[in-house]
Amino acid sequence: MVWLQALIDALCEISSRDPLTGLSNRRQFELALASEIDRVARAGEPALVLMIDIDHFKKVNDAYGHPAGDLVLKAVGQALQECIRPMDTVARFGGEEFAMILPNCPPSFGLTVAERVRLKVAARKVEIAPGQQVSVTVSIGGAFAPQWVRSSAPLWVERADQQLYRAKADGRDRACLEQPTVSHVSAEEKGLLFGTSQFQDLE
Amino acid sequence: MSLSANPPEASAGDTPAAPRRARIMAVTSGKGGVGKTFMSANLAAALTRRGKRVLVLDADLGLANLDVVLNLHPKVTLHDVFTGQRTLEEAILPAPGGFSVLLAGSGLVEYSRLTPEIRDQLLQIIDTVAPRFDHIILDTGAGISDVVLYAVSLADDVLVVATPEPTSMTDAYALIKVLATLQQRRELRLVVNQVGRAGDGRVIRGQLQLVVDRFVTPLLPPGMLAPRLELVGEVLLDPAVREAVQKRQLLLELLPGCGAAQGIEALAARIGE
Repeated sequence: MVWLQALIDALCEISSRDPLTGLSNRRQFELALASEIDRVARAGEPALVLMIDIDHFKKVNDAYGHPAGDLVLKAVGQALQECIRPMDTVARFGGEEFAMILPNCPPSFGLTVAERVRLKVAARKVEIAPGQQVSVTVSIGGAFAPQWVRSSAPLWVERADQQLYRAKADGRDRACLEQPTVSHVSAEEKGLLFGTSQFQDLE
Repeated sequence: MSLSANPPEASAGDTPAAPRRARIMAVTSGKGGVGKTFMSANLAAALTRRGKRVLVLDADLGLANLDVVLNLHPKVTLHDVFTGQRTLEEAILPAPGGFSVLLAGSGLVEYSRLTPEIRDQLLQIIDTVAPRFDHIILDTGAGISDVVLYAVSLADDVLVVATPEPTSMTDAYALIKVLATLQQRRELRLVVNQVGRAGDGRVIRGQLQLVVDRFVTPLLPPGMLAPRLELVGEVLLDPAVREAVQKRQLLLELLPGCGAAQGIEALAARIGE
């Protein structure tokens, strides 16, 4: 039965991967996002979603052809893969758009993380033909996990998308994150809220 | 815009001699599922019993459920008023318990974002009906959306509903923090729902106040008074509540005198005084 398990594993792998870049595909991303929302709702940890879009990708395709475009997509995928921690998810969301889920990413780190991703992609030279290199930039939009009930995966992505539009409108090659609100409750605040013994037996 | 909603300071000292105008109270919670709508409806019934004229406005425009709690099947909702298809008068409906309701109708997802039009229309509606009632209760949605914050900004008083559950307390605290900093609310009323025993409400208020004093007050501009939580009631965890909710009836009508109903009566006495 080992072969059957191997077959199942292989099929699962195929159904969850984007064939070109080897990253998670959109379906896998949405599954990961849904479980992250559940986790965040229970644990109240901060989590960040980044939507990453290659700037002027159409120009690459037009100027150098689709095979070159595919090489760029692969290279960007690799660059993104190199930025993440084991528990993060990076996916090809569709076309030239990528997405990342970063669990347990505090709001104060968000912009640093997004900037690191942006610079990593910009620094990469893609060899599209012998001796011919191109590089691309990305625009990034990010939003932190919905802390409140009645939020959903599509809403979370939409909030990140709005920031992505903002990054595009502001001139591309930049990262914009939704400003965290004062509604964030820190671990210190929770500690004080639940820290005393009289509260443990109320749980 | 002719009239604007009273900021809390402006109406705090109103006397009966002033032009009669309803006291507007937003009922809100941070977390969903803590009994906000249940509390709004039964509090309205209890205030009505005390001789007050009460209107409950379903301000949870995105996902309203006051109609569900009251087992009403409204033909006319706020949506019809917003779109100009019906008049405001037609939308004010009698509810069980003798008070009036303005229902949003469920599933008006298009209103989950606050547009300037909705903003103006809500304000106009409240201004129009305010002279006819003693209390207007705004049953807001969960969370800290802009619709919720706007509804709260229209209110003279805020009633935060929390339960002893840690998630509810955390969300209530976050809400209090937002209201204290963004809206500079200094007085916030707290009712603790589903308490295991009498006195838990006081403990929870104390705990919330402790964290507010330590973490929220320093965020405020220097010289501003610290936000104060006032415990205005506690409602016991009571199987009767589940029964009333399942039968979609008011607890005060189905099982008056039960522990939870007494808590709501006491809350009404405090609020209606």
